[in-house]
Amino acid sequence: MSLAIIIFGSAIIVFIGGVFGMLYRGIDRKLVAHMQGRVGPPIVQPFRDVQKLLMKENIIPDGAISWLFNAAPFLALISSGSLLLFIPLFGQPPLLERYGDVILVLYLLIIPSLSFVVGGFASSSPYATVGAQREMIIMMSYEAPLAVVVLGIAWRISQVTNANPFLMSTMANYPIWSLLGPVGVAGALLMLLTLMIVTVGEAAKVPFDIAEAETEIAGGLLLEYSGRNLSLFYLSDVIKAFAMVSLVVGLFLPYNLSPVLGIKSAFAGGFVDGLFFLVKVLVIMFFSISLIRAGMARFKVSQASSVYVLAMTAVALVGLFLIWVDARIWV
Amino acid sequence: MAVGETEKTTYTVPVGPIHPALKEPVQLMLEIEGEKVVNTDILLSQVHRSIEWLGMNRNNPVQTLYVAERICGICNICHPFCLAMAVEQAANITVPPRAEYIRVIAAEMERIHSHILWAGVAAHEIGFDTVFYLTWRVREEIMDLIEYVFGNRVTKAVLQFGGVRRDITADQLPRIKKSLDYYKSIFEHLRQIFLEDRTVRMRTRNVGILTTEDALKLLTVGPTTRASGVAKDVRQDQPYSAYADLDIKAITPDIVTGTVVGDVYDRIIVRLLEVKQSVEIIEQCIDSMPEGPIMSETKMPRLLKLLTDAAGEGVGRVEAPRGEDIHYVRLEAGQSTLTTWKVRAPTYVNLVAIPTILKGMQIADVPIAFASIDPCLSCTNRIVVTDRATGRNSVVGYEELRRLSVEKTRKLQR
Repeated sequence: MSLAIIIFGSAIIVFIGGVFGMLYRGIDRKLVAHMQGRVGPPIVQPFRDVQKLLMKENIIPDGAISWLFNAAPFLALISSGSLLLFIPLFGQPPLLERYGDVILVLYLLIIPSLSFVVGGFASSSPYATVGAQREMIIMMSYEAPLAVVVLGIAWRISQVTNANPFLMSTMANYPIWSLLGPVGVAGALLMLLTLMIVTVGEAAKVPFDIAEAETEIAGGLLLEYSGRNLSLFYLSDVIKAFAMVSLVVGLFLPYNLSPVLGIKSAFAGGFVDGLFFLVKVLVIMFFSISLIRAGMARFKVSQASSVYVLAMTAVALVGLFLIWVDARIWV
Repeated sequence: MAVGETEKTTYTVPVGPIHPALKEPVQLMLEIEGEKVVNTDILLSQVHRSIEWLGMNRNNPVQTLYVAERICGICNICHPFCLAMAVEQAANITVPPRAEYIRVIAAEMERIHSHILWAGVAAHEIGFDTVFYLTWRVREEIMDLIEYVFGNRVTKAVLQFGGVRRDITADQLPRIKKSLDYYKSIFEHLRQIFLEDRTVRMRTRNVGILTTEDALKLLTVGPTTRASGVAKDVRQDQPYSAYADLDIKAITPDIVTGTVVGDVYDRIIVRLLEVKQSVEIIEQCIDSMPEGPIMSETKMPRLLKLLTDAAGEGVGRVEAPRGEDIHYVRLEAGQSTLTTWKVRAPTYVNLVAIPTILKGMQIADVPIAFASIDPCLSCTNRIVVTDRATGRNSVVGYEELRRLSVEKTRKLQR
């Protein structure tokens, strides 16, 4: 693959990811507003937010370490943008599949959170410090269940093929549900549940928005950010949420519509698959972000941590065990 | 320092005067160790509005009554109610029985709306915005009712010395009944949301505990003290106005759970049950309201003359939604304003309990634990001395204030 394709391809994918990420954020806000009995903002509100933030003054607090304070938003945006290059989008294989698999995605997912933490500590505000501490704790907590889910799926796929099971295309070729018997399906459902709860944490929404926690620490990590820097963080947040939901789709729903409909033409097939992908993302987003955040109160950091470290890890391990039992029975 | 021993350092997190968790300006200086609060200092006086001064220097008593409504937007019945009782005692004015009932109805409607408002704020503090929106939607019914009966959603201007200014007519009763039935029908629903929801329970159980001993020692009032198991309620202990005819019992959380913990959850129970109690009180009032006049003196000039000529002192005590409200009034013959007017709002007393409530809590618990006393800060105050030359502020503490008072008294005695 030539350098030019990589550069232009990446730019286009990050742009499209950003646009759809913001669109989904707008849809999410509208859905939650309706669930709460409100009218809610128009769906294009996130675009207007970003547009307005870009026009605003970029304030750097006196006590902040300014180069770190300014670098953190870029780091966050770049890392969440590069996530999109390794996750299948619109029913197509990821652009840079040759260079990285799911393991890389797991590492890349940490970097935006880390840059939030770095930015928080660099801003020298006590609220941001508390927020950064919380973000670190929550970040470390959801790694374990996330890793168990990914490993579980990859292990089951490795039982039936010699291809690298961590590659997204392998996962797309061997959808997890088609490999499993009834016991395994129950296990995979538990894993899907785990992954959806992890998605809420990755997207930093209620009940896991403790690092920002408006009523407690007044926005926490992002308290001192404004203008361009804040808009970069916002974009990175939006793209990361989109990437995370796409990852769930890639792991659990890697189906395409065009083979079912028997569409031969590459263009029409790609179009149909793309639309189908958007529907899948919408469904996953509704259940894992909108519904949960409308129906729960915010956890305390200790509670959120124990939900992930104990409860969700346990659920994921039970899921893994069921898949293992299933493999014993059926193989 | 010995080997392996580290010194634990604390840092200070200021909450307020402007903070999303606070609906009114106050500053909490939290001394934090990790995520744990070890100490709290409260700095008040962010909104001193000289209301008592207005009552003693600028306004005549009738004007003051409407200023008293504006001490706090939410308690716009209990403050004028309290002031009216104090002035009526000082000037020997008797209130017609029907007016007493209408006052009680107004006060209980205020309690319903205040408690539901609090429930919404509390839900917002723990990040449960859906419940926040839904409870405030439920609150609209009582706001509409208040507007229907008293002509305005918020400040009702219904009280007058020696009675009330608006009667409740027979054709208004069906509409009132309808709203009360609405609250009775949704009570079970509210109870399920606030008392049975897992996440609400996780965030409120064993948070912000005030034990019975501490509640007695710190002299807290209102739902804050009742939630700690102290059955203290002015309406029960020293019934005033029409409450003397009604049978009111102070609500403590052990009615529902059997035990008293004194945490935020218990405060939710108390407020929730008080909404139900208030609905019942209004129903009783409507049923047993006597006929008759609603004002003892309808002519304004004559009322003002009576108040100017009157001499004496009076104390009004009212159970406001947040606890016991006290107004002290002294009148001197020939003076057209109140000679002395002292307001002691319930939050002023409850704030003393805040360091105890917050001790050992996580930062995440601070907003809900602080909000659980339903702080209404527009009515609290402490002296702040400002040096105009340097622009520096300093708070006068207890010792200093006492020294100054003693000096002043000595000077007067000479």
